[in-house]
Amino acid sequence: MNVIVSYGTYIPYWRLDRGRIGEALGTFGSGTRAVASYDEDTTTMGVEAARACLAAAPEGVKVGQLLFVTTDPAYLDKTNATAIHAALDLDPAAPAFDMVGSVNSANGAMAFATFAPMPTLVVFSDLRTGLPGGVDEAGGGDGAAAFLYAPDGPALLEFLGWGASTDEFLDRYRQPGEDHSRLWEERFGEHAYTPLAEQAVAEALKAAGVGPAEIDHAIVTGLHSRAVRVVAKSLGVGKEALVDDLTGVIGNTGAAHSGIVLADLLDRAEPGEVILRLVLADGAIATVVRTTEALREWRARRPAIASVAGQIAASRADLDYSRFLTWRGQLHREPPRRPDPTPPVAPASLRKEKWKFAFHASRCDECGTRHMPPARVCVKCGAVDKMSHERLAETPATIATYTVDRLAFSLSPPIVAAVVDFDGGGRFRCEMTDVDPKTVAIGNRVEMTFRRISTVDGIHNYFWKARPVRGES
Amino acid sequence: MASKGIRDRVAIVGMGCTPFGEHWDKGAEDLLVDSATAAFDSAGVSKDDVDAFWLGTMGSGISGLTLSRPLKLDYKPVTRLENMCATGSEAFRNACYAVASGAVDMAMAIGVEKLKDSGFSGLVVSRPPDDGSAAELSAPALFSLLAPAYSKKYGVDQDELKHVLTRIAWKNHKNGAVNPRAQFRREVPMETIAASPIMAGQLGIFDCSGVSDGSAAAVIVRAEDAHRYTDKPIYVKGLSFVAGPAAGVIDPDYDYTTFTEVVRAAEDAYQQAGVEDPRAQLAMAEVHDCFTPTELVLYEDLGFAERGTAWKEALAGTFDLDGELPVNPDGGLKAFGHPIGASGLRMLFECWLQLRGEAPPERTIASVAAGRKLALTHNLGGSPGECVSFVSVVGSEPSA
Repeated sequence: MNVIVSYGTYIPYWRLDRGRIGEALGTFGSGTRAVASYDEDTTTMGVEAARACLAAAPEGVKVGQLLFVTTDPAYLDKTNATAIHAALDLDPAAPAFDMVGSVNSANGAMAFATFAPMPTLVVFSDLRTGLPGGVDEAGGGDGAAAFLYAPDGPALLEFLGWGASTDEFLDRYRQPGEDHSRLWEERFGEHAYTPLAEQAVAEALKAAGVGPAEIDHAIVTGLHSRAVRVVAKSLGVGKEALVDDLTGVIGNTGAAHSGIVLADLLDRAEPGEVILRLVLADGAIATVVRTTEALREWRARRPAIASVAGQIAASRADLDYSRFLTWRGQLHREPPRRPDPTPPVAPASLRKEKWKFAFHASRCDECGTRHMPPARVCVKCGAVDKMSHERLAETPATIATYTVDRLAFSLSPPIVAAVVDFDGGGRFRCEMTDVDPKTVAIGNRVEMTFRRISTVDGIHNYFWKARPVRGES
Repeated sequence: MASKGIRDRVAIVGMGCTPFGEHWDKGAEDLLVDSATAAFDSAGVSKDDVDAFWLGTMGSGISGLTLSRPLKLDYKPVTRLENMCATGSEAFRNACYAVASGAVDMAMAIGVEKLKDSGFSGLVVSRPPDDGSAAELSAPALFSLLAPAYSKKYGVDQDELKHVLTRIAWKNHKNGAVNPRAQFRREVPMETIAASPIMAGQLGIFDCSGVSDGSAAAVIVRAEDAHRYTDKPIYVKGLSFVAGPAAGVIDPDYDYTTFTEVVRAAEDAYQQAGVEDPRAQLAMAEVHDCFTPTELVLYEDLGFAERGTAWKEALAGTFDLDGELPVNPDGGLKAFGHPIGASGLRMLFECWLQLRGEAPPERTIASVAAGRKLALTHNLGGSPGECVSFVSVVGSEPSA
């Protein structure tokens, strides 16, 4: 049996103030929701969460397989997990699987990872959209979480027991290709979920050998917010034990949500605390775990920005509703009078995979000069085919010069671009993202982030951009 | 190994240049016929006298047929070539070498670009299929990278630098205003330039060269034959072309305040031409002012100003029409316009006019009358850090 040995989350930079929707459409709403930027999708957010998870992983754990869960896959027919696998530079011998379609897939991935015969990286990522003015638009959120399961620990959580209940009923549904869900009457969902939750929780507590009073923290999530609220109240745990589900700040992140809320709790929980985690998604799954001493040591190794609270603090909340709609493809704006971007071609993308996805540079074996993208001939000493690859995705860089391009095509103009010099050598000219153009200056520090540059002819062009080092600006 | 050059071995004996601008009523073929005919007439020759042709165009046609078809050439060799924005100069360089080698007696270099049929207002360049990892930035954005780097390195306040760039655009518009072939033929007040809508970085629309259609051509013969065609041939003193290793975009040692390719091409051309002090020896220069920061940096790269001082020289009027060394007396890419394949030859056309004393009085430079006999053209393709560069020196007299 595998145990959780590391985790990471990704909460995008942008927040939409629900008041902005109200100003435009006359609806009522308070708080904010997390918004994936115009250059993000579930695949790119999954990469970011997985990078954070692997950066904090114990040494020597080698990912043996990757599971990717989302209700909003960037591609169908084509596996999305392979792009994450490539961006993480994982061993080709480790398979990568998508588990897409519903929030419940996240429960399945966690169970599968727990009982898998090899270290397993599970990535949950979701991007929740509804029709303008609707509950899902305001209440949804975007984000990702990743958990690394391995056999030898050190375990951050001790598994105590779990319980499940499954039923077939029509609550929330969406035809493939539709951009929003449909819902049955709200009170019916509450009726269907309540007994399922009771059954799963009872089973889990029994298996774990604990009573409701011994639960230190209870996490209840699901896309049916009314059922979540009612079920949480009926658990019999103390009011202080109910964990803030973050929906007021980031919204409900669908398949990623239970993972993000668990991560937020683990960011601050003390060792020896008992956690009940209940997910309502076409049935109910309840899990009981206890935090370990290892959790505290693990946390000490991580930068503060990696925590959910750190990412929530490093956000920007002044997103216009019109820009949000544009990013979601719900407001078709007049494009600039410039040619559309060109899509990458398949053979070149495969040949350059270690550059395009894994962000490898090559370093000259003769003189040490770094080349981005990897080159065969050294620009300094002329040595041919004497190069070693180095991954620079996790290496920070410094801005050498920059510009703001108001002419080039972008879904969210203007494009900010910079020439960045990497610590230890290497230079690259790239787009910047999650940046206020007014704050860009020579000497600013940046880090790389995996993004979707464009989508043309049904091809998503994934590549890396620079962003200001989070938590420093 | 050094480039030996072909100093004084070939000469230009005829030139033609169409007006540059939005030629909605002319295609590339019409523009080629116009400039070629003007060049033939200028040299007093016919198309049948020319033994070989070098046609430069970035994208307004492929193969030599682009020229042989409209001119109805009599089964002559036509080489079509492309070297980004230095395409016209590259046609000239290769035509000169053909004549110098003795392989042909007379060659034509001709450049053309028909940009205004694209449907887009800026320059549109198609790239070969790739992995999509190169940031697709506009040309103004790529050249605007120079401005903050220059400001930082030399401690020039960004507002001060904006004023310098504005003055460069103002100067070129002032020169273009008295050039009947120029795309933009009116002076533009500095306030208008400074307040123009921002395209990229610090660059407004008036910091960018004109996107236009046009064509220019030159007839080249061996120097000893030149006086058969004209009393005032223009001799080729030095020709240099370099394609850089694109080091600047991958090497942190490059600081975005210079074009290494230009420095190297200028050194080579000056050495071929025997120029030791360009600022003192040149009568004028036509440089590749695709964007105003480019012209600023070129003053230093071409040796017209010491490093870090070009901004002061620009403000002092050193490179104005009546300055110590007039730069872009015809208005430059800024005001004359920039039909890619034609620009390098258009620059030579201004040298041809000025050195022969044929420029209209309102833009005649004083340096020629004062006895200077050399002129420079500089053509650049690509962007800071990864470019190709051409420098030529031409003169009105053979060396003693």
